[in-house]
Amino acid sequence: MSRFYTIKDNRVENRLFLNRIIAAFILILLLSSGLIVRLVYLQIVGHEHYATLAKDNSIKIEPLVPTRGIIYDRHGKVLAENTQSFSLELIPEQIPDLDDTLIRLQKLLDIPEDKIEQYQRQRKRQKRFTSTALLIGMTDEEIAKFAVVRPYFPGVDIKTRLVRNYPYKELAAHVLGYVSRINEAEMKTLPAAEYRGSTHIGKLGIEAAYETQLHGKTGYAEIETNVQARAINTVNSVAPDPGANLYLTLDIDLQKTAYDALEEFNGAVVAIEIKTGGVLVFASRPGFDPNPFVVGIANDAYQALQASDSQPLYNRALRGLYPPGSTIKPFLALAGLEYNAIGYENKHFCPGYYQLPNVTHKYRDWKKGGHGSVNMNEAITESCDVYFYSLASVLGIDRMHRFLQQFGFGEKSGIDLIGEKTGLLPSQEWKRQQKKQAWYPGETLITGIGQGYLQVTPLQLARATATLANHGKVVTPFLVDKIISAHSTSPGPETHLGALALSADNVNKVITAMANVVHSDHGTAKSIGKGIPYQIAGKTGTAQVFSIKQDEKYNENSIEFKLRDHALFIALAPVHDPKIAVAVIAEHGGHGGSVAAPIAGKVIKQFLEESHAD
Amino acid sequence: MQTETRSEQFQPPSLIGTLLRKLHIDIPLLIGLLLISILSFVVLYSASGQDMDVLMRQGARVGLAFFLMTALAHVDPYQFKRYSALLFGIGIVLLVAVLILGQIGKGAQRWLDLGFFRFQPSEMIKITTPMMIAWYLSEHPLPPRAKHLFIATVLIIVPTLLIAKQPDLGTALLVASSGAAVLFFAGLSWSLMIAIGITLAGLTPVLWHFMRDYQRDRVHTFLNPEADPLGRGYHIIQSKIAIGSGGIHGKGWLGSTQSELDFLPESSTDFIFAVFAEEFGLFGCVGLLTLYLLIIARCLYIASQTKDTYCRLLASSLAFTFFVYVFVNIGMVIGVLPVVGVPLPLISYGGTSIVTLLAGFGILMSIHTHKKFLTHS
Repeated sequence: MSRFYTIKDNRVENRLFLNRIIAAFILILLLSSGLIVRLVYLQIVGHEHYATLAKDNSIKIEPLVPTRGIIYDRHGKVLAENTQSFSLELIPEQIPDLDDTLIRLQKLLDIPEDKIEQYQRQRKRQKRFTSTALLIGMTDEEIAKFAVVRPYFPGVDIKTRLVRNYPYKELAAHVLGYVSRINEAEMKTLPAAEYRGSTHIGKLGIEAAYETQLHGKTGYAEIETNVQARAINTVNSVAPDPGANLYLTLDIDLQKTAYDALEEFNGAVVAIEIKTGGVLVFASRPGFDPNPFVVGIANDAYQALQASDSQPLYNRALRGLYPPGSTIKPFLALAGLEYNAIGYENKHFCPGYYQLPNVTHKYRDWKKGGHGSVNMNEAITESCDVYFYSLASVLGIDRMHRFLQQFGFGEKSGIDLIGEKTGLLPSQEWKRQQKKQAWYPGETLITGIGQGYLQVTPLQLARATATLANHGKVVTPFLVDKIISAHSTSPGPETHLGALALSADNVNKVITAMANVVHSDHGTAKSIGKGIPYQIAGKTGTAQVFSIKQDEKYNENSIEFKLRDHALFIALAPVHDPKIAVAVIAEHGGHGGSVAAPIAGKVIKQFLEESHAD
Repeated sequence: MQTETRSEQFQPPSLIGTLLRKLHIDIPLLIGLLLISILSFVVLYSASGQDMDVLMRQGARVGLAFFLMTALAHVDPYQFKRYSALLFGIGIVLLVAVLILGQIGKGAQRWLDLGFFRFQPSEMIKITTPMMIAWYLSEHPLPPRAKHLFIATVLIIVPTLLIAKQPDLGTALLVASSGAAVLFFAGLSWSLMIAIGITLAGLTPVLWHFMRDYQRDRVHTFLNPEADPLGRGYHIIQSKIAIGSGGIHGKGWLGSTQSELDFLPESSTDFIFAVFAEEFGLFGCVGLLTLYLLIIARCLYIASQTKDTYCRLLASSLAFTFFVYVFVNIGMVIGVLPVVGVPLPLISYGGTSIVTLLAGFGILMSIHTHKKFLTHS
């Protein structure tokens, strides 16, 4: 490429530049004139109009709050709805003496002091011209009392508001969550325009996770008011866009069965529809009645819930961390087969204990005297601990970690709820980082029977069982099936289905062994296998809450309830074409086979009979 | 009008005159800037609800900014020219750094935390972009050829996009217009400008596609503020009410009702012009605009008196960008332009823009008072 040196022509450049300066200045003058024209328009032509508006005594913009979406279960039963309720509301700007008004109202309607305080806190966050409720859910008597004296209370009015109602109360409190008054911290982060008229927001569960969809879009009305600032005419309004209705995968009747079946035990039941990942049951017992939270729960009632030993506010299904106990065994058995660490028919002799080389400590089997010589099928059926100590020892902790992780242990399932726990799936790396200690071989053994550091949530257990039943096609659990708004219907969360590379033969072997848990004479859950027209594959688990000393015998009856073992059960059914996976945890239930398995049995029975009827 | 009479009265004694000349200060420009700064305190006092703390903080920033202006006025413009490309490069690197940090911090990030203060690379790039373009074009004969135009355009687009991605549409707009101004003063042909204008209009749907939701909301709001009177449109409606209710004479200093009643949001920052217009009326607005125009006229005069290509391109671009600032801010407050985050120059509360603006005036003063050294180039 040749290069030319062009001589700069200064005269040409100078003239050009000066022209441009002049052009720029003319442009600037023109644009400035434009601004002035607009200012003249606003300040001279429109002055009167805007001056009237500025006095702020004729037109007000009031938000029109959208009605919150309704939540239905999979059969269309209403789980969360809006019911009409009367509330006493005050607009501070229109009240000559607020303190005096409050005192008179308190006397008239016998309002407790904490309601007044709550109102004061609420009021301070609002603009003076917004209406704030002092009483929600007024009785007919209260309404009548106030109606008589209303002329003496300028700025106070009875308004109808929609109040959220949860007809199933404690049954689905954890999964649905509840709405409650917007607090100060939330006020700062919420989009101010959208929530200008809203008083409540979803705090937990589905109500929180789907807040945006349930809330809808706020509309507004331009309202003309008279000298007393009472509304006299609506000039213009845009209707709010109501919140979307949610259709859950949850089956509230099945949920009730599970919840009731737990009886006096604290615990959780999670059931998942295997083909879709839709959650059928998500029960945590004890529950709590979410309705008081909507209107503002009394302080002492809340303290009582908080202080209760059984922790009713705690969502065990989502956040409860438990050692899986023997329910982990089918997954480890599959790991043994997949890694070729053990053969299905290989026999292992169980003398009732297991010893590491050169260590005197005896790792005991739950069955004193042992199971004798067992293969994998028998080891799962009878839940032989020694077999799995040995298998764990062969696999090593890191292979166990890698394999179990694929089934979703140690990580969130991705369910469409907020606050899910990850649980704990230990590895050498984890212990080095978290505990600054080396991994001991003994810890591998107890991990092999689902004890030690290992911690899982009931949801994780159900999900892993569903993935196993699905032959390794990973199941992502979700609760919302359909979101139906005024304009559109959209599906719930996207579920990303990965698939694990598992041998179908190996999976079938493990499931067969699990079927024997329920259907063979030696099975630990044989009590639920009788008289049913289908096959269930399951695994019992008993998770130690505390450890017993070497020579002590664990005596169920003499032990304080709080220290009794947790009872667990995982199941999938029917074996030939799995439709439902269930995980049950009954805290301090003792035996998985006698306490947890029947609960799963009831859930499966009802679900299969129902879907058969469909 | 006000300033002219004042500047005539203000005949500094020869001693001070000498001193100012030694300091490389341009007196008419200094007077204009001081007047507007004083006005800023007057309006801020009212807009902030008579908060002395706000004034003290602003005072400290203005002091720092005037100091920086004086310091830059002292620098030989040849040095600006020499380091243009380097400074521009550093600015780009810092912008990228901010973007990466923002990605890590998951959210909009515009500044780098240097411990003792927060540095906004986008502020620096507001000045270094016109410096870079002016330097690049001044190396070649004017009017620029297609190839040089192309490269200059790329040099403008890169920082603009980086800032738009922060996302800071207002600053991106200012940076783009400062670069475009250099092209304009360098003699970009009118027909090409018209062609670019048409192309840009055609590209609007594409731009729309890349805008963030909140940016689209702003455009929606601008086109029809009444559609969203509770949210975005609220600013514009309330601001129009404040301005309109001010009338011809205004409600007098401290007489604004809209900002005090909390109807007018951001009354001491981006929407301060609404408070000014409510209190001082149409007369005040015209007066303020005149003061701005006098400052801009002085800057353009400085540019016209400069012989060196780099210097006059830079000077004229800085002057024009200052006007864009004024126009965009007042335009949005009175509802003729969409709401982008651009403060009213030298009057809005907030430090970074004042420092950058006065740095720009420092460069202008340097160019004006060092002319002799550069005429030979």
